[in-house]
Amino acid sequence: MLNIKDLYTAVENKKILEGLNLSVNAGEVHAIMGPNGSGKSTLANILAGKDGYQVTQGSVTYEDKNLLELSPEERARKGVFLAFQYPVEIPGVNNIYLLKAALNAIRKHKSEPELDAMEFMSLVKEKMKLVQMNEDLLTRSVNEGFSGGEKKRNEVFQMAILEPKLAILDETDSGLDIDALKIVAEGVNSLRNKERAFILVTHYQRLLNYIKPDYVHVLSKGKIIKSGGPELAIELEEKGYDWIH
Amino acid sequence: MTGFINKKMKDIIDNYAADFTELQSIRKNDWFSKHRKSAFNFFKESGFPNTKNEDWKYTDTKPITKNIFSNISNTNIVARDNEVNEIIFKDLECINLVFINGAYSEEYSDIKNISDKVIIKNMANALVNDENLLKEHLTQHIDQDSSSFTALNTAFIQDGIYINIPENIDIERPININYISMDGSNAFATHPRNLILMGENSNATIIENYVGNGDSNYFTNSVTETFLSQGAMLKHYKIQQESFNAFHIGSLNTSLSKDSRFESHSVSIGGALVRNNINANLNGEGAEIIMNGLYMTDNAQHVDNHTHVNHLKPHTHSHQNYRGVLNGKSRGVFNGKVVVHPKAQKIEAYQNNANLLLSDDSEIDTKPELEIYADDVKCTHGATVGQLDDDMLFYLRSRAVDEQTARSLLTYAFADEVLNEINFKEIKNKLEQLVISRLPDSSLIREYV
Repeated sequence: MLNIKDLYTAVENKKILEGLNLSVNAGEVHAIMGPNGSGKSTLANILAGKDGYQVTQGSVTYEDKNLLELSPEERARKGVFLAFQYPVEIPGVNNIYLLKAALNAIRKHKSEPELDAMEFMSLVKEKMKLVQMNEDLLTRSVNEGFSGGEKKRNEVFQMAILEPKLAILDETDSGLDIDALKIVAEGVNSLRNKERAFILVTHYQRLLNYIKPDYVHVLSKGKIIKSGGPELAIELEEKGYDWIH
Repeated sequence: MTGFINKKMKDIIDNYAADFTELQSIRKNDWFSKHRKSAFNFFKESGFPNTKNEDWKYTDTKPITKNIFSNISNTNIVARDNEVNEIIFKDLECINLVFINGAYSEEYSDIKNISDKVIIKNMANALVNDENLLKEHLTQHIDQDSSSFTALNTAFIQDGIYINIPENIDIERPININYISMDGSNAFATHPRNLILMGENSNATIIENYVGNGDSNYFTNSVTETFLSQGAMLKHYKIQQESFNAFHIGSLNTSLSKDSRFESHSVSIGGALVRNNINANLNGEGAEIIMNGLYMTDNAQHVDNHTHVNHLKPHTHSHQNYRGVLNGKSRGVFNGKVVVHPKAQKIEAYQNNANLLLSDDSEIDTKPELEIYADDVKCTHGATVGQLDDDMLFYLRSRAVDEQTARSLLTYAFADEVLNEINFKEIKNKLEQLVISRLPDSSLIREYV
């Protein structure tokens, strides 16, 4: 599904990724771990199409197409979803209307009929239970006045509605208490299936207690320096990142 | 403050003088004649302000003054139903008043079913029949010396609205005053004059809607005077959607008595050169004025909002929130002046002006002015100028929103912050739709808000 080959990127001439390789197949869950500043969030942002990064070398293909040529909105319509590390507050833009329009844009792209208000609301009711979202949050402006935990849940809630093919979760565990973490993890687990791939970007191993990854990769200084199974995460938790170097 | 008068200015003034003489001969010697004359003399001596005048530093009036306008209203313009009907609030039950090119239209106005005690009539009529009531107030709530445009208006008053709401009366239906400018055979100036008198503990909502069609070239020079008695509440909405070739100078002057409250909401989206003035005197303890304004400009538009609040008594409050969205090569000006007079202790004055620049060539000049002569006061002011937020844009795009739609959506959200202060739902909706209609991808934005 996703193939990253020898990727080099820079922001304002500062090198961030330096020769990153990663291959993700449908149905797999990959955890990307690494110390602060290793390039984890850059990777997530580049996959979602954020401006400001220069790709100086390498390629990213998604479903056999050059992902880097697509605008963020085209990627979203083709099933790429980024759950943000810091979801931004957007006063004046209604949370649930945004979600409805996003879902219908994606459905339209797939040549599926758009959902009307009734159909959409019944879908919302069903998915809200999944992340135990408070109903008041739906009708507010996007993330406005949400607590840190509510913002993260809203991201997972959006993911549940939009049903992406490739979901990238950027430090979704940070800032969550253990109960919220469990809810978010259950939400993710319920979405796991053979068609969908996940990339979990995380600093800590604790999220992986609840979402069991197929692969764990250690990112350091812009490239993957070690890959393994779930046991690698536990090893990292015990020994820290330094032993790898 | 006077502009210097050169030869060219003299020719322009001569043109106004010829129209003035003609108007005086039509009016004969009515009781208001002496006010007209003294106002016109003031105008003749001062001429139009130029940019050396501090109050007009950022707004050059030359585009207005170099035009020759006819100042005498043509009362024979035939209005077109479809155009007029489009302008009036359809989904809101209002008392509708319509003026076509400055002249009152009985045909389109509807002042039926109003309480006997309330007076709502057009100014041309009131000038003839309500001399005693008008004498006491007309020109009494303006500082005539403050602007030659106001003087010009006084000299040329032909029509407008006179509203007198007695004590304890609450008019529930908004009074919706529409000044519609239609294409004329030649360029014309109108000088609408409104006088609004609010009795003790009375309550009203008034809309002043200035509309022009197409790209017609004209000049609206309006003056509104309001007087609020003790405990009165007035909600005032001004919608400026003049044609893109029109000039608009509008002054709202208000005197507030003890415990009265004036709420002003203004939306300015039309016009080539626009100046919106609000002059407020807080004359009684507990008086409060709220001023919210939105201006949206594009191409070569120039929109200037000037406010001047005098805190004359203790425990008075003023609260200003203006937002601007500027695109193209347009220019915006915000000048908010707050004067706290000696002995006006324990007052509160807040002022905020935020601007969104959508293009490299747009410009905003924002200038808060505080003059404080009392020592126990709370005053704050702030001004910001910025662009659309990249993180917000990226977030929306990552949720499948097209870039242009995302830009429009965020622009709308920025503007809507001011409209959110309106608690009259139908008016708020109407203004939101008006703002949306001016943005690219407007039909798509409606899905998100």
